[in-house]
Amino acid sequence: MGISPFVIFFASIFTSNVLLTNFLGMCSYLSISKDLKSSLGLGEAVIFVMTVTSVLNYLVYQYILVPFELEYLRFIVFIIVIAAFVQLVEMILERFMPNLYYTLGIFLPLITVNCAILGVALFIVIREYNFLQSLAYGAGGGIGWTLAILALAGIRQKVDETKIPKGLQGAGFAMIVTGIMALAFIGFSGILAIQ
Amino acid sequence: MAVEVIRTVSIVSGIGVFLAALLTLAERFLLNYGMCKITINNDRELEVKGGNHLLGSLLQNGIFIPSACGGRGSCGLCKVKVISGGGPLLSTETPYLTKEEQEDNIRLSCQVKVREDVAIEIPEELFSIREYTTTVEKIVDLTYDTKALYLRLKDGEELSFKAGQYVQIKVPQYGKVTEEVYRAYSIASSPLQKEMIKLIIRRVPHGICTTYIFDYLKEGDKLDLNGPHGDFFLRESDREMICIAGGSGLAPINSILYEIRDKNIRRKATFFFGCVEKRDLYYTDEMKAFEKQIPDFRFVPALSAPREADNWPGEVGLITEVVDRYITDGSGMEAYLCGSPGMIDACIQVLLQKGIPEDRIYYDKF
Ligand SMILES: Cc1cc2nc3c(=O)[nH]c(=O)nc-3n(C[C@H](O)[C@H](O)[C@H](O)COP(=O)(O)OP(=O)(O)OC[C@H]3O[C@@H](n4cnc5c(N)ncnc54)[C@H](O)[C@@H]3O)c2cc1C
Ligand code: FES
Repeated sequence: MGISPFVIFFASIFTSNVLLTNFLGMCSYLSISKDLKSSLGLGEAVIFVMTVTSVLNYLVYQYILVPFELEYLRFIVFIIVIAAFVQLVEMILERFMPNLYYTLGIFLPLITVNCAILGVALFIVIREYNFLQSLAYGAGGGIGWTLAILALAGIRQKVDETKIPKGLQGAGFAMIVTGIMALAFIGFSGILAIQ
Repeated sequence: MAVEVIRTVSIVSGIGVFLAALLTLAERFLLNYGMCKITINNDRELEVKGGNHLLGSLLQNGIFIPSACGGRGSCGLCKVKVISGGGPLLSTETPYLTKEEQEDNIRLSCQVKVREDVAIEIPEELFSIREYTTTVEKIVDLTYDTKALYLRLKDGEELSFKAGQYVQIKVPQYGKVTEEVYRAYSIASSPLQKEMIKLIIRRVPHGICTTYIFDYLKEGDKLDLNGPHGDFFLRESDREMICIAGGSGLAPINSILYEIRDKNIRRKATFFFGCVEKRDLYYTDEMKAFEKQIPDFRFVPALSAPREADNWPGEVGLITEVVDRYITDGSGMEAYLCGSPGMIDACIQVLLQKGIPEDRIYYDKF
């Protein structure tokens, strides 16, 4: 519990990457990673939503669920909070930042059902992080997820020009690449670890 | 126990109610733009509900801005000049606008939202585009995936168009489709025949409009459309013509051939029709008939991958290869192309090499 927020921040980007070590958020990771630009768009949206919702969910948990001993309802409550927050952000963007709305707009609804977001909120509770640690884990988790999808998108764009056996095209190939990337990222765990 | 149940339920509901109230309030205040005024050409004024796209708001008031993609921002046809209001240029618009257009405040009307009073300028002739309610007179199978649709206008109504132009069909809500959509289809019949038009429609698997036409529409049904649109039409000149089409791209060429025949236009013309195999070919007899009726007309069908069972005696190869074999000097020619974007781009390259100047190559990308 005494882990410094900085350690959590960097560890959640590299060695404890939600995507590459917990394999969360795979569906949008596999489907959007076909080109770099959309991956970056989705990644930016994930960073933003993950950072804010992990803090929000932390507060809801600590100040509503814990005092009333309703911890077991955290799944449903977290999901509602995430969905409502994404909706709200969509409306605010549409009104005040139409340009950003059009670039991120299509990705925001995808995020509501991104399990990495829920996963991060749950890990925060399970590992009993405090406020700053939650903030660091939320932001780091989002950046780590983005890093992983960008890496995969970059590799997929290059590999598009090569011949892959039919049975391995698409998701099959992405899974293998993800596995190898996960090994590489875990290789750093000697430097930093939080689990 | 009961207390605990009630408490749990009320707390969770409380959270839900709080968030729902927050969202409702946000929607009330953030997304409510009231009524907005659209001023067109400094002359007409429309009152519309704010918050919708400009294209749709104009459409509801009977002003038909051309659009082939139905507002998805992928055709770039719905350009209008927005003089005031309309907000900043969006990243979804920039790919379709040249630098000059951007400086001139040209926008894609399907992307601009009406959030305040706006003033726009559009060409006067757009006011002459009308909506017609037609009756499906006949549906004819041309191939396994292509149908001809004969649409009769109401008694006393006429649709005047130039050979090659298209109409937009309004697809009503049906099945799982919850929104009206518009799709472009070229008119295939003669421009001299104004009370009934023919369309040639090829099925796109899972396509919104083509599924409606193939699986839902029956003879005798009503179908709304608006038009005519487009600047792909037969130009007046006596240059030799090269027409190239693939699949349903035959439609506008068919109309152009009717015009040449019915108006006795004396021009040399060759029509290259590209398909994959024999089962994709249609209207071969009609084209043979044109060869007899139009003095200098030749029809060249070509298959890119005929099956052995097709016993195909004609041209084989990609349409670009066939065209390449037929034309030697194109400098005095004029070209009309219709088909998929890929086919058209490839054909333009060949035609340019043959010496046909770029400004005499006319095309519609489907
Ligand atoms: C100026 C103009 C004239 C046209 N004239 C004709 C015509 O005479 N006859 C005709 O059949 N069509 C014509 N089209 C194409 C037509 O407008 C529709 O795009 C097409 O019928 C598909 O509509 P949909 O609603 O069924 O499919 P949608 O629901 O719009 O599309 C479903 C999916 O199919 C893809 N798709 C769309 N069109 C095609 C295609 N052609 N080939 C492969 N995939 C596609 C889309 O990207 C999408 O993923 C014309 C288009 C233009 C711009
Ligand atoms: S309607 Fe096609 S880009 Fe606007």
